[in-house]
Amino acid sequence: MTDTDARPSPDALLKQAGQAGRGRLKIFLGAAPGVGKTYEMLVQARRRKLDGVDAVIGVVETHGRVETDLLTKGIEIVPKKRVLYKGRVLAEMDLDAVLQRRPRLALVDELAHDNVPGSRHPKRYLDVEDLLAAGIDVYTTLNVQHIESLNDVVAKITHVRVRETVPDSILDRADDIELVDLTPEDLLQRLREGKVYMPEAAERARQNYFVAGNLAALRELALRRTAQRVDAQMVDYMRAHAISGPWEASERLLVAVNAKPGGAAAVRYARRLADRLRASWTAVHVETGLSQSEAERDRVAQLLRLAERMGGMAATVPAAGEAEGALQFARANNITHIVITASRGSRWLEFLRPSMAQEIIRQAGDISVHVVPERGGKDDIAKAPTSGRVPLEPRAFAGSLLFSAIALGVGLLLRQTLAVSNVALVLLVAVLASAVAYGLMPSLFAGLVCALAYNFFFLPPLYTFTIADPENVITLLVFVLVAAIASNLTARVRTQAIVARQRAATTEDLYRFSRKLAGIATLDDLLWATAYQVAHMLRLHVVLLMPDGGNLQVRAGYPPEDTLDEGDLAAAKWAFEEGHEAGRGSDTLPGARRLFLPMRTARGVVAIIGLDSEKDNKRTEQRGATLLNPDQRRLLDSLSDQTALAIERLHLASEMDQARMSAETEKLRSALLTSISHDLRTPLASILGSATSLKQYRGQLSDCDQAELLRTIQEEAERLNHFIANLLDMTRLESGALVPNMELIDLADVVGSVLRRAPLEQHRVSLELEPDLPMLRLDPVLFEQVLFNILDNATKYAPPGTAIALHARKTGNSVIIQILDGGPGLPDEDRERVFDKFYRVRAADKKRAGTGLGLAIARGFMEAMGGTITASNRSDQGGAMFTLTVPANSAGTPS
Amino acid sequence: MTPLRILIVDDEPPIRRFLRTALAAQDYRVEEAGDGETALEFLKRNPVDLVILDLGLPGMDGLEVIRRLRAEGTAMPIVILSSRDDEAGKVTALDLGADDYVSKPFGMEELSARIRAALRHRLQQAGEKPLFKSGELAVDLVRRIVTVKGEEVKLTPREYDLLRLLVSHAGKVLTHKFLLREVWGGESDVQYLRIYIRTLRQKLEADPEQPSLILTEQGVGYRLRAAD
Repeated sequence: MTDTDARPSPDALLKQAGQAGRGRLKIFLGAAPGVGKTYEMLVQARRRKLDGVDAVIGVVETHGRVETDLLTKGIEIVPKKRVLYKGRVLAEMDLDAVLQRRPRLALVDELAHDNVPGSRHPKRYLDVEDLLAAGIDVYTTLNVQHIESLNDVVAKITHVRVRETVPDSILDRADDIELVDLTPEDLLQRLREGKVYMPEAAERARQNYFVAGNLAALRELALRRTAQRVDAQMVDYMRAHAISGPWEASERLLVAVNAKPGGAAAVRYARRLADRLRASWTAVHVETGLSQSEAERDRVAQLLRLAERMGGMAATVPAAGEAEGALQFARANNITHIVITASRGSRWLEFLRPSMAQEIIRQAGDISVHVVPERGGKDDIAKAPTSGRVPLEPRAFAGSLLFSAIALGVGLLLRQTLAVSNVALVLLVAVLASAVAYGLMPSLFAGLVCALAYNFFFLPPLYTFTIADPENVITLLVFVLVAAIASNLTARVRTQAIVARQRAATTEDLYRFSRKLAGIATLDDLLWATAYQVAHMLRLHVVLLMPDGGNLQVRAGYPPEDTLDEGDLAAAKWAFEEGHEAGRGSDTLPGARRLFLPMRTARGVVAIIGLDSEKDNKRTEQRGATLLNPDQRRLLDSLSDQTALAIERLHLASEMDQARMSAETEKLRSALLTSISHDLRTPLASILGSATSLKQYRGQLSDCDQAELLRTIQEEAERLNHFIANLLDMTRLESGALVPNMELIDLADVVGSVLRRAPLEQHRVSLELEPDLPMLRLDPVLFEQVLFNILDNATKYAPPGTAIALHARKTGNSVIIQILDGGPGLPDEDRERVFDKFYRVRAADKKRAGTGLGLAIARGFMEAMGGTITASNRSDQGGAMFTLTVPANSAGTPS
Repeated sequence: MTPLRILIVDDEPPIRRFLRTALAAQDYRVEEAGDGETALEFLKRNPVDLVILDLGLPGMDGLEVIRRLRAEGTAMPIVILSSRDDEAGKVTALDLGADDYVSKPFGMEELSARIRAALRHRLQQAGEKPLFKSGELAVDLVRRIVTVKGEEVKLTPREYDLLRLLVSHAGKVLTHKFLLREVWGGESDVQYLRIYIRTLRQKLEADPEQPSLILTEQGVGYRLRAAD
């Protein structure tokens, strides 16, 4: 053994990991009703409750038995939900109530139970899945005859077929299976004592069912199934812990399914065989292109779904012949066993056209072939097919008849020039024409008509169906034979041509669709295109839903649709959350109008597609639930895969945009940080440097130098204070904590006080205030700060000695205040940016710049007071001009 | 004795002002420049003994100034003032040929010490002192003898090389890159250097956990305490 062999199998580890976070499922498995499953479940639940586990009863059927009833006492029961169905009130487990209650452990009796139509799930085991997914442990009970893969074995033993089944996969996923065992004798004893409850329907079968032999057989089945399960668990454990073992016998199994009866039995057989061989298995349907009736398609789809439910995979492959397709798939997938049903056609027919079974056996090579007998009638797939035939189309037969009539006419015209035996060739043309135009049956029909006509019109004695010359009998027989063979061949060629044409058209459509998707840049366009394409190709009504802020929203539809009713929305939500199909015809919320399918990429479900037939609802309900045949399903899958990828592409593109944007924001933020850090540290550096110089070198410093250092300390401390005050103002503005304290003020008064405070020593100031300015409604403190900041800014940029002017006048309903300086003016590209935080125009003479906050604060204050501030350059001379506008009507006349 | 000349390159007038005052008090002759271009222009015509250079200059930044000065072959010591908390900037500056740095804000004593160390190193290069003493450590560079408190300490050849390098630049920060290049000849891991520094500290320091001789400049390099 090498080291590499000893690595834990990733699959086994994944399986373990997948179960973390989920609730644990324990199944109490019994061979027959009455062995005491419910009793045992309750006993164990009570024990756990004593351990302090929060256990509730979701549903427990005690059937009035006192000892069982007593056991339920003291365990909280979640009240059942009453459902009205066909005039009767039925009680079902209230799934939502249990989910809401969120116990640690829920008891759910009778796992195989069918829910009342209209419930969220048609089957109780699906309810249990929801509970497990919500992290709730579940105890449940199950009889062996309800296990899907054992269903027909049990039926054979007991002659009672149970309709309520549970897929094997749920048993495989169960964390514990406990076999509740009772010997047949004890069970019969209990039965005689009346301790066994049988459902009404089975009452009749009671005599047949509870026979010692049956019970022994059922008991063996239950024991075997449990043992198998234990075995599987051990293998999982060994794999997860890298213990090498003999399981590597990678057997693979294929079951070929078609619409013929007996398919379900073959699928179940395949499952059992796969279990025994510990093999993976796939149910394969071969599409030969021969037309199938609606019922046949349904049947195949159901068989494939049955296989998936039982833990197998399902696939549909196209090929010219069933055997060929199945074998191709088998070779491509290293299949070691093939399961098929034996046809019961007569030997005669088999000679003419070998059955799939025979062909497979002949060509299988080293693949083992298992043949399951076909048992018509007694199958349990809900809707048995009516017939395997193509529905007869009157038009095709009329056409064949017409071809035959024309050929007959030509033959009659030529009878003078042509030998009678050659006229047969003319008639044969009609048969071939029918085969090309209409297919096999009409052409065989034409062959028959032509044979009769040939006999009637051309073979002596004429105009009777009797034949005089024995040679002519042979001629007629040969004619019929040739007609039949030619029909058959031609019809086959025709079907293949049709299939090829359809595929080519589909491929073309898909190709065009993918090209279209590649060119689409917005999500909405993409969704609309998809809705249209799906509606167009599948002839269905389509809606597309995507999550939007936590809620699923209809984003596109063809024909356009905006809203879904509640039932549909619930199904769509479920499909999105669980990543499984839901709604019409599926296992979840089958009552919904539409079928909802998830569109997924590697990153999960990105959207939901909802489908509804084009015909009105009433008729479709009668038609049954299936919306898509396997062909269409495959088409839809590839369409939705393409769409999902395109959606992902758009998502990625927008994520990249966002990343770029956030990188820019990040850059801005770090620039801001650098700026603040610089503005805080520079004055601090000056202060600290000056102070330490004074301390260290006081002796060496002249009085003048000492005064210089002290002045630096004071000025820089003031600068720091100014900066911090500005930062605080800015913070107040940005946090929205600023509430202006508005009152009527006299502009001249404010201007007077700001001129005293502003550092205008090095500039000349000229004032021009209109004499009859109205009082203004402003916050005097904030407004003074605005003027101060603008003047302060002007002193930084305007050279010393130049004039700074302040003008105010009334224009219309507002008062305009302008501050003009004699500096270099604003660079064009900076007009608006001067109001940005931390933005500074570099002064030409390296004079120290301001904080980069003054103008931003001025604008913030003005806007808080209902005014505006703009920056421009003077038109009369060089220099910047700041214009403040204050509404005057809000002030002029006190209200 | 002619006073030593120092050029201050900083765009902040208050910083220039107090530096000028404080340095003049220590008998340096102080020149000023507000940006990199002015400084380079000035240096072309007027040689100085040391440059104090702010890294965050408008226009041409401090790193570029160092690069140009060193490219021109000028060898005068450069002491960096860094106002950003920018480790990479400091290390780059040192690797480009700056001699030392102080982070803003700084005390005047600290800057004066750095200036003295940088100038002393230049002066010593001409005639290196054969005996180095700092605290209890003494290194005889001629006889290759290292003593602590008069007791001889055995060093491996590589440990001695490392110590000698630190001694010959005593008081000055030496970057990881420089030390690795000089002692190991290039491509080596900083981890190596850390191990040797630890063994040196164990042999030389009174308390290796709180070193007072070989000081760590976090993220930059190491500095040996200046000679007494």
